[in-house]
Amino acid sequence: MSTDVRTPQVQTQPSQVDATGIKLPIYMDNHATTPMDPRVLEEMLPYFMEKFGNAASRNHSFGWTAEEGVETARERIAKLVGATTKEIVFSSGATESDNLAIKGVAEMYREKGNHIITAVTEHKAVLDTCKRLEKYGYRVTYLPVQKDGLIDLDDLKRAMDDKTILVTIMFANNEIGVLQPIAEIGKLCHEKGVIFHTDATQAVGKVPVDVIKQNIDLASISGHKMYGPKGVGALYVRRKNPRVQISAIIDGGGHERGMRSGTLNVPGIVGLGKACAIALEEMPQESCKLAGLRNRLRDRVMGRLDEVYINGSMEHRLPGNLNISFAYVEGESLLMGINDIAVSSGSACTSATLEPSYVLKALGAGDDLAHSSIRFGIGRFNTEAEVDYVADRVIETVERLRELSPLYEMAKEGINLKDVKWAAE
Amino acid sequence: MAYSDKVIDHYNNPRNVGSMDKSSADVGTGLVGAPECGDVMKLQIKVNPQTNVIEDAKFKTFGCGSAIASSSLATEWVKGKTIDEALTIKNTEIVKELSLPPVKIHCSVLAEDAIRAAICDWKKKQGAEKPVAAEAK
Repeated sequence: MSTDVRTPQVQTQPSQVDATGIKLPIYMDNHATTPMDPRVLEEMLPYFMEKFGNAASRNHSFGWTAEEGVETARERIAKLVGATTKEIVFSSGATESDNLAIKGVAEMYREKGNHIITAVTEHKAVLDTCKRLEKYGYRVTYLPVQKDGLIDLDDLKRAMDDKTILVTIMFANNEIGVLQPIAEIGKLCHEKGVIFHTDATQAVGKVPVDVIKQNIDLASISGHKMYGPKGVGALYVRRKNPRVQISAIIDGGGHERGMRSGTLNVPGIVGLGKACAIALEEMPQESCKLAGLRNRLRDRVMGRLDEVYINGSMEHRLPGNLNISFAYVEGESLLMGINDIAVSSGSACTSATLEPSYVLKALGAGDDLAHSSIRFGIGRFNTEAEVDYVADRVIETVERLRELSPLYEMAKEGINLKDVKWAAE
Repeated sequence: MAYSDKVIDHYNNPRNVGSMDKSSADVGTGLVGAPECGDVMKLQIKVNPQTNVIEDAKFKTFGCGSAIASSSLATEWVKGKTIDEALTIKNTEIVKELSLPPVKIHCSVLAEDAIRAAICDWKKKQGAEKPVAAEAK
C-alpha cells in the first residue's frame, strides 16, 4: 500500500536504549504496517521447509498437509468476521482484494448497470481502481465526507439510482482512523439491491467486523495490518442473501473456486489465519488497552500545547489511531525533530506527489492544517512508557519549532493569518 | 529520504533565529511563501546606510527541514555582504551547499526570494525608486 504509508522521513539510527530503558527508535506507525506477532511466525515456520507442499496437489500427503494448513486458516479468518469458509478467497493483500471486488463486480454486473459509489477519503487501491473503470465507461460517484470524516447517509441515498451496481466504502480510514457507519450503509444497499464492498484492511482484528450483522457483501482483508505477514490477504465474498458473484481478474489454474488463480502462498495464509485467531481472542482487552494509550497520548500532548487539533471523529475511531495537526508547525520538520520515533505526516513534503493529504483536505480543515498533521498508530507492542516518551518528544519539538515559526509569531501578535495576503510562490 | 549532514546541522542548530523591529528604518523584512503551500520564510536584514553592508540578519521559517536549513544558511551568507553582493546569491549555490535533492529545490528558491524581498523592503525604506526584485526579473 504505497500512498497510505506517507513515508515517514525518519533518519534511521542503530537501535539504542535511552536512560528510562525505552528501546529506540520507537515504532508508532501501525497503520502503515505492524510488526509480526512472534506467535504468527512460529505457526508459519514449518510451512517453508517441511510442509512445503502445493495446497492444490491432490494426490500425495505433501499437498494434503499444505491444504490442511490453508483450510485451518480459512476457518480462522471466517470465524473472525462471521463468514463461512467457502466465502473466503485468498489474495496477495488488500490492494488485490479491492481490485478483485470492484473490477470483479463491475464486470459481472455490467448488464445490470454501470454506476459505482465510493467516497473521496478511500484508499488509493479503491480510488484508482474506480478511476480505471471510469475509462471503461463506468460512472463513479465520489461522496464527500463531513467534518468528522464520516459520509452522510442521505448523500448515499441520493446518489443511488437504478444503474447503481456497487457501493464501496471503507470500514476504517488509514489516516484518520474514523469508522464509517457500515451496518447502515449495508442496510441501505440491501434495500436497493446494490452490492456493498468494504475495504476493511484497517478494521479487521481491531474492531468487531461481522459480515452478517453489518450487511457486508464483500470485504477486503490484509495480513500485515494485524500482526501477520506481508503479501497475503483475503476477500470475503457473500454466498447467501444475496449470493454475490465476481469475475476473476487473474486467470489461470482455477484456484480459490475460480475467483483467484495462482498457487496459494501457504506460509502466508497460515500466518494470516493465526493472526486472526489471536485477534479474535485478544481484541476485547487489546482494544481497551490501545484506546487507553491513545487517550493518554492525546491528553498529555493537548494538556501542554495550545492550538492542537484532532482530525476526524474521536467517537467513531479505531482505538489505536490519533491524527493531530499542530498549528504553525510543518509536519516534515516535526518528524525530523522526533527522528527516534516512527510516525507519519499528511504534509506535502512527506508524500511523493508533493500534495498534502487528500483525506485531511476532504475534512475541510484547510491545507495549512494538513501540512501540520501527524498520524500516530499505536499497536499491540507499544507501552505506556513509550507513549509518555513520544508525547514529551512531540511537545518539546513543537515548542522549539514554534519558536522558529513566523506564523506562530504573527498569530501571537494577533494577526489573523487568513487575512494576510501571501506572496504567491 | 535521508537529509545531508549540513541540513541536519542547520535544523538542529539554526543560525540567527529571531526577529528585528520591522518598523526600524535600517531593517528590511522579507516574508515569502504561504501556509497553504507548507512553506513561509521571514528573513530580516539590518543594513548600515553609510556602507550598505548587512550588519545583522535574522530569520524564522515554517517549513520542512530543508526550508529551515536554506533560510538559516541564507542569513549566514548575507551577513557582512553589501546589498549588491547579497543580491548575487543564487538558489543553486544553496542547493549545492546543502546537497538538496530535486524535490527540495523550491526551498532554496524561496530562500533566494526571501533575501531579495528583504533587500527590496529596505530599499523602499531608503526611498529607492524601483524595487530590486522587479529589476532582477
